[in-house]
Amino acid sequence: MKFKKSLALLLTGSLAAGMILAGCGSSGGDTKASNVIKIATQTPLSGGSATIGEAIKLGAQLKLEEEKEKFKDLGFTLQLVPYDDQGDPKKGVANAQLIGADKSIMAVVGHFNSGVAIPSSEVYEKYAIPMVSPANSAVEVTTRGLKTVNRIVARDDFQGPAGAEFAVNTLKAKKIFIVQDKTAYGTGLAEAFKKAAEEKGAEILGFEGITVGEKDFNGVLNQVVSKKPDLVFFGGIYAEGGLLIKQAREKGVNVPFLGGDGMDASTLVEIAGDTIKNTYITSLAGDSTKIEEGKKFIETYKAKYKKDTESYSVYGYDTMGVVLRGIEDAIKANNNKKPTREQVRDAVRGVKDYQGVLTKVSFDDNGDNDYAKVFIYSFKEAKYPAEYVDEVSK
Amino acid sequence: MLNEILQTIPQVVIDGLTLGAVYAVIALGYTMVYGILELINFAHGEIFMSGAFIGTAILIVLTGMGWVSAVPAIVMLITVLLLTAILTGLLGMGIERVAYRPLRNAPRLIPLITAIGISFLLQDIVRFIAELQKGNYIVTGPNLFKDQLSIKASSISSIFNDASIKTSFVIVLVTAVIMMIGLDLFINRTKWGMAMRAVAQDRETASLMTVNVNKVISITFFIGSALGGATGVLFAVQYGTIDPYIGFILGLKAFTAAVLGGIGNIRGAMLGGLLLGLLEMFASANLTLLSGGVFGAEYKDVFAFAILIIVLLFKPEGLLGKPVTEKV
Amino acid sequence: MKSLWKKYKQNKLVQGILLLIYISITSLSLFMAQKSVTAFLLLLSSLLLLYFTNFKNLTKWLIAGIVLVFLLPFTASNGDAYQSYMEVATLVGIYISMALGLNIVVGMAGLLDLGFIAFFAVGAYTYGIFATVQASNFMPFGTFPLSGESFWLFILIGCFVAALFGILLGIPVLRVKGDYLAIVTLGFGEIIRIIFNNLDRPVNITNGAMGIPSVTPPRLFGIDFLYPSQFYYIVLVILLFTIFTVRRFEHSKIGRSWKAVRENEIAAQAMGVPLVRTKLMAFAIGASFSGMMGVVFAAKQAFVDPTSFTLLESITILVMVILGGMGSVPGVILGAAVMTILNLQVLTEVTSWLNQLNSTGAFSIPDALSPSKMQRLIFGLLLILFALYRPKGLLPAKNHVYNEKELQEGSAKENKGKQEVMPDHSQIEKAQEV
Repeated sequence: MKFKKSLALLLTGSLAAGMILAGCGSSGGDTKASNVIKIATQTPLSGGSATIGEAIKLGAQLKLEEEKEKFKDLGFTLQLVPYDDQGDPKKGVANAQLIGADKSIMAVVGHFNSGVAIPSSEVYEKYAIPMVSPANSAVEVTTRGLKTVNRIVARDDFQGPAGAEFAVNTLKAKKIFIVQDKTAYGTGLAEAFKKAAEEKGAEILGFEGITVGEKDFNGVLNQVVSKKPDLVFFGGIYAEGGLLIKQAREKGVNVPFLGGDGMDASTLVEIAGDTIKNTYITSLAGDSTKIEEGKKFIETYKAKYKKDTESYSVYGYDTMGVVLRGIEDAIKANNNKKPTREQVRDAVRGVKDYQGVLTKVSFDDNGDNDYAKVFIYSFKEAKYPAEYVDEVSK
Repeated sequence: MLNEILQTIPQVVIDGLTLGAVYAVIALGYTMVYGILELINFAHGEIFMSGAFIGTAILIVLTGMGWVSAVPAIVMLITVLLLTAILTGLLGMGIERVAYRPLRNAPRLIPLITAIGISFLLQDIVRFIAELQKGNYIVTGPNLFKDQLSIKASSISSIFNDASIKTSFVIVLVTAVIMMIGLDLFINRTKWGMAMRAVAQDRETASLMTVNVNKVISITFFIGSALGGATGVLFAVQYGTIDPYIGFILGLKAFTAAVLGGIGNIRGAMLGGLLLGLLEMFASANLTLLSGGVFGAEYKDVFAFAILIIVLLFKPEGLLGKPVTEKV
Repeated sequence: MKSLWKKYKQNKLVQGILLLIYISITSLSLFMAQKSVTAFLLLLSSLLLLYFTNFKNLTKWLIAGIVLVFLLPFTASNGDAYQSYMEVATLVGIYISMALGLNIVVGMAGLLDLGFIAFFAVGAYTYGIFATVQASNFMPFGTFPLSGESFWLFILIGCFVAALFGILLGIPVLRVKGDYLAIVTLGFGEIIRIIFNNLDRPVNITNGAMGIPSVTPPRLFGIDFLYPSQFYYIVLVILLFTIFTVRRFEHSKIGRSWKAVRENEIAAQAMGVPLVRTKLMAFAIGASFSGMMGVVFAAKQAFVDPTSFTLLESITILVMVILGGMGSVPGVILGAAVMTILNLQVLTEVTSWLNQLNSTGAFSIPDALSPSKMQRLIFGLLLILFALYRPKGLLPAKNHVYNEKELQEGSAKENKGKQEVMPDHSQIEKAQEV
């Protein structure tokens, strides 16, 4: 009895200690110095998209560290505050509130999941914190008339038709079978693709859904086998995509596979192995190896973080670049004093012709990037990154 | 429409049996523990998952050492199976010792909650070990069996399409059947098996008959977990890629299978597993056709749960079970 | 130590003074040091201190009311972390209400329900569908979105719809017991989530996986409720109503029926407790609290999608109930508060702190071990430790202990007035001898 009581006390004590620690954390790290400018990143650092979320954070971090000197000359200290939204809208909103509460955070680089970006951006709007997304492609992110939401990548209603165009005109597919993963991203992309493909005259043989996290796709693939399409389109993330391709090839489905930007990760090749051949993806991220700065970026990234880049790493990098450019403009417009959040927000929206490593950025009135492109890659062998095929601009 | 369904039946049957075999062996673990302790071991799915990870880890290490190519794949598989089975068996025994034994006389709710707790714990521990090693918790193991066989079902009747089977499926099915038969023999023909049946029937009387109840329960957990872990390795071989969360959904479906067949009944678990696999594969392949596009393959989980609920409502003792009246 | 505690318990004045000092210190520190999460948490825990005092119930409620309604918002408002604190407080309120609902089902009636989040989802979607243009997809009449004033009506509607779903869930599972019930309810929870995730064909009711955005905020007398600080008050009112209702139920006939069913169903039936009605009432009432909070959640989040209603949430609420103490109202409130704050604030802050240490190079923890990802591990550990060592929870349910002497004296007084009507025992004894 005594043991149990003391154990309970110990547990309560450790809970209390944890809370006190948390308290120290937030109050200790906050200096009243007014020349600290913090930029927050909110990406999924755990869960099914952790690879990409981590890559975005590291890319952003790299850019921030490179720009530290320049801002020091202007009299400001830059700091990165990473947050993990776990792909959960509730977490995203709670973190957004924390971000809003910290007055020295001037901008947010994030999110990756559109389902998290949408409610979190409602909070950012209230606090006038600009958010620039390196990866959100769902249409609704920027169509709500919010002044704080921007993105440097293309939207799904541009990616879907680009994919459909490639499928119908280049790959000459007349009968297409569509599989999607029943998430906001997968369904949105698949629907956009379906509409565009039908407009171009292709026949959609099936529109089936799978569940995220499952491993056995034989049921859906049996349908594919019996329907005999010319192309299979998958709207979803690399974890399921890789398995789908692998199992399809094992069933003898040798027609080309087309996927979206959620499949653009090294884990895809790891899962699918050799079966990845004859797969194409549309991606919002360009090929870093084609440009000099791109190759330099890959080397610096690898040297610093001991990891290979993902395609989204460079987008995290460019997004941070856009954000910092916006902040720099705001500082200069404010006579080299610390700008308010509203000024930063407007300055970020007003960024024109920013040339990053891979993207050129000019925001339009909705926060979409005028220069956003969709890239098409093909996997001719089991290697990541894939081979560049084509690109489509607005 | 009927034509289309009939055409795909051989393939659906084969895929269903593959899935069903996995469900069946996991269900065995559930049913054994429930028969003896009247406890749903929620953590069993995670033991299966741990087996998959341990097996994959061993395979990766051995591949790195170059042993895999030197030895025929079958021998490699059997070695890994045995090793993993022993390790997961010990894991299961350990869990029983630490978390279930102290609660043997507690009201039914508490061990269930502990089981959920252990399930979460195992998931997260495996997750961060995998993440520490790889940076990502999705692990892909080396491919052992890659060939395809083809069954010329069209020669039987022109309605059927040809079906193709992967060699790994044959291995999985054969191993699962061997395990099931082995278990059946063990339970029905050996002394320990008799002891297990005695404890399952009436724990107190069995202990009066000089059966060491604690030891029997430990052995039950060992065998159940060993089987679960071995199935994990088979799963990893069959599908290639694993993550820490496969245990949960599979465990739930395997439990459905166990209930379907009659909980506490070994043969019922096997039957239930195979049946559930077939039904699920059939639904996944044909639901769109049957419902005219209203329900698609994404409803196949709902299908499995619905079966569970219907079985529990109308025949709670399952297909092969005997109705148990509650005595006051 | 124990004697000191006993003396403390007797002396109301000491308690009062101590409480006053504690509250003033913590609220002052929160006022001054805005960013200090610790001060905020300590102010909240003053309520815990209040619980252990010996005042009359009415006094306790009054003091709690003052702290929650005036002190907390006022002291937190002196700075920018205001909304963040209110957000946490609002979420704590929502989870407390849901935990109280589950407490009725699991704690009082003994029906292990692992799919409880489904009722929350039902409430959230009810408001979400009608407060946006979504409803125009399938409703032939009416103009959507409905205006913000309808929010108040929808709290009631959400309550009833969720109760209806509760009854629908309860009817099939009446005969199922114990562990099987857990699995069946888990299945139901998942079924509801999958259905909501897929209900965009053939008729688009829930917009499937895309979720329903831009939910109309509530409006009262022309003011729109946009900020968490405003939602805080709504949540507080509903929470008070919930606590009041639960306490009334607990000490009523239905409450005792629940406890009887929990202990032994067959014995309860033999004593005349209507089993079907009791169980259905438990499900319905538990569900209705969730439904109400679902409506509030949808309005606050302004976005409803199926990923907020996973199995992990159901288990989280279960952990809250177990942690606090099954069947005990104050325990469940404490459990819910601790878990939510742990999940939302403490883990995130500890991770940020570790990240800061990381970036300044003090010592680095590999990403895989970062505390915010360890949520499941911590849940699992909590569940196991509490189930093994303290199955009754932090603040166990107290059975109403009747003072035997008082009862005897009371009945003796009654009997004096009823002397004539006493049954004639001698006659009965004679009859039995035969």
